[in-house]
Amino acid sequence: MDPRTTSALLYLNGVTVSFDGFRALNNLSFTIEPGEMRAVIGPNGAGKTTMMDVVTGKTRAETGEVFFDGSYDLSRLDETEIALLGIGRKFQKPTVFDMHTVEDNIALALKGDRRARKTLFWRETNEERRRIDEILEVIRLSAVRGRVAGLLSHGQKQWLEIGMLLAQDPKLLLVDEPAAGMSDAETQQTAELLREINRERTVVVVEHDMTFVRELGVKVTCLHEGSVLAEGTLDQVSQNQRVVEVYLGR
Amino acid sequence: MSGNVPRPLAQTISALSTAALASAVGQAVARALDRGALAFLAMVAALAVLVVVLSLAVPADSQFYLSSYFVSLWGKYLCFALLALSIDLIWGFCGILSLGHGAFFALGGYAMGMYLMRQIGTRGVYAHPILPDFMVFLNWPELPVYWYGFADFRYAAFMVLFVPGLLAFVFGWFAFRSRVTGVYLSIITQALTFALMLGFFRNNFGFGGNNGLTDFKDILGFNVQAPGTRAALFAASAVALMIGFIICRVVVSSKFGKVLVAIRDAEARTRFLGYRVEAYKTLVFTLSACMAGVAGALYVPQVGIINPSEFSPANSIEAVIWVAVGGRGTLTGAVIGAVLVNYAKTQFTSGILAPYWLFVLGGLFVAVTLLLPRGIVGTLQHWSQEWRQRGRNTPESERVREAAVRAAE
Repeated sequence: MDPRTTSALLYLNGVTVSFDGFRALNNLSFTIEPGEMRAVIGPNGAGKTTMMDVVTGKTRAETGEVFFDGSYDLSRLDETEIALLGIGRKFQKPTVFDMHTVEDNIALALKGDRRARKTLFWRETNEERRRIDEILEVIRLSAVRGRVAGLLSHGQKQWLEIGMLLAQDPKLLLVDEPAAGMSDAETQQTAELLREINRERTVVVVEHDMTFVRELGVKVTCLHEGSVLAEGTLDQVSQNQRVVEVYLGR
Repeated sequence: MSGNVPRPLAQTISALSTAALASAVGQAVARALDRGALAFLAMVAALAVLVVVLSLAVPADSQFYLSSYFVSLWGKYLCFALLALSIDLIWGFCGILSLGHGAFFALGGYAMGMYLMRQIGTRGVYAHPILPDFMVFLNWPELPVYWYGFADFRYAAFMVLFVPGLLAFVFGWFAFRSRVTGVYLSIITQALTFALMLGFFRNNFGFGGNNGLTDFKDILGFNVQAPGTRAALFAASAVALMIGFIICRVVVSSKFGKVLVAIRDAEARTRFLGYRVEAYKTLVFTLSACMAGVAGALYVPQVGIINPSEFSPANSIEAVIWVAVGGRGTLTGAVIGAVLVNYAKTQFTSGILAPYWLFVLGGLFVAVTLLLPRGIVGTLQHWSQEWRQRGRNTPESERVREAAVRAAE
């Protein structure tokens, strides 16, 4: 293993990604410290989702460095390896296994041996059962544990997906628009849930909804055209002249 | 490593791990065989016993007597059912639509055909002790190297599994690692079987070219035409179908099976959870190909011929239709679909409707897709589930279950 080069949990330096000449990420650099919760905001096309794709191995960075935990070069690993390192990802559109029960969704996500020959004769242990109960309690889905995930409401699916991330026991959670399409009450509960998760894990939230970001009350990074435009508290960022221009399209 | 361990200890350890494995397998099988699965197995077993008894122990003038034509015909249906099962395993549970599964079936068939050819010996038209007739006819001086060993049944039986399995593994390795999915994967499976068909049509390929392999005499020393052999082959097909069914049930009821369904429904999500999707797909694809190979191997002695048309893409597509009709993702549906459609095919193609069979088959596929998208068994299962849910108050039963869980703790 390489010697630790940075204290940051996630370290992006000069990352550039382009699609057909369009620079989705343009010399993007920022760091996330261990234990931090960070909100990433920015107008459409600012590169928020591409940033997540690069970190989780879905898209390769053309230039630049992406390091996790100081020593793992994420640009050399694929999605599976990155997931096993301890990076969990929630998609923008809630993505759960519709045909499996809520319980099975969590069981599949639970940290454990993922190799094919191990899963063939797998038997659930008491410890796993306890973990599943615990997670279902946290995401408030204990009452519907036996229901097929496809029958859940939109908000419940979002929570189930967050629960699956928790089951993975990751060091870093990347959460893409968790409050999209949720009612006010659900949005508030989601913010609470994320804060609870942040007690033990590092969280990066990509979000459009400013009230939700305010609810979270954390450091904000504003992206624009693939690079960092401003960074600081929400108040600082929203008073930044450039940010105002970008958001209002002036 | 084991050299340093004292012998009795090493034996104990290996005995322990064998016992552990045996108990793990036993538990997996017990979990896999629910009431429906057991009922299905009992039905297949009963059918096998009935057919064997009615064809061998009943006098030929009795109205219950089954002719050896009938026995072979139904033996053929059972082989197709096993092929359908292998397709359902990958299509119904992992979303891999193979339109070239007939290739694995035919390869298994050819491996068996090669064994049967070597059993002919001097009874061939040219009475050559070693070379099959077509090689004598083509003036081949000696047996090609890849025909070596096929005189031995054990070797041939191994090749029945190995050749389709190896091809599927190599094909799957490249296709799934490059993340070829959906319709693109279906197209290249089709290209695979088409390429094999063209190859096997060539005389210098060494598998009898256009005519394929036929004129079989003996299998394991028994005359392939004899009623006893036919009944035994029928019973072997039924047993193979039952074993195939048990293997499929074990796979789909395990956590491995849940991962397969997860891949089918949300492949990217499965990958981001840390599962090596291509490994799962390659493994299940290879397993499925081996099952198809066994089906082909049992098919060949019962129909008495294997030729390159078995590789034709239309055959593979037909097999997919059987699964769609029966209900994908149900296993029993695949078997029922295969038997029903093939029974219908036998009826239609032997009467005045013969020229219209392909229209009937096409119409059937369209009708099933539009009217019964879940297939026959899938629709029945859906109805029974709905009926059961209506029968009891769902929140009530959930509360009961929660209470039970709490009590258990």
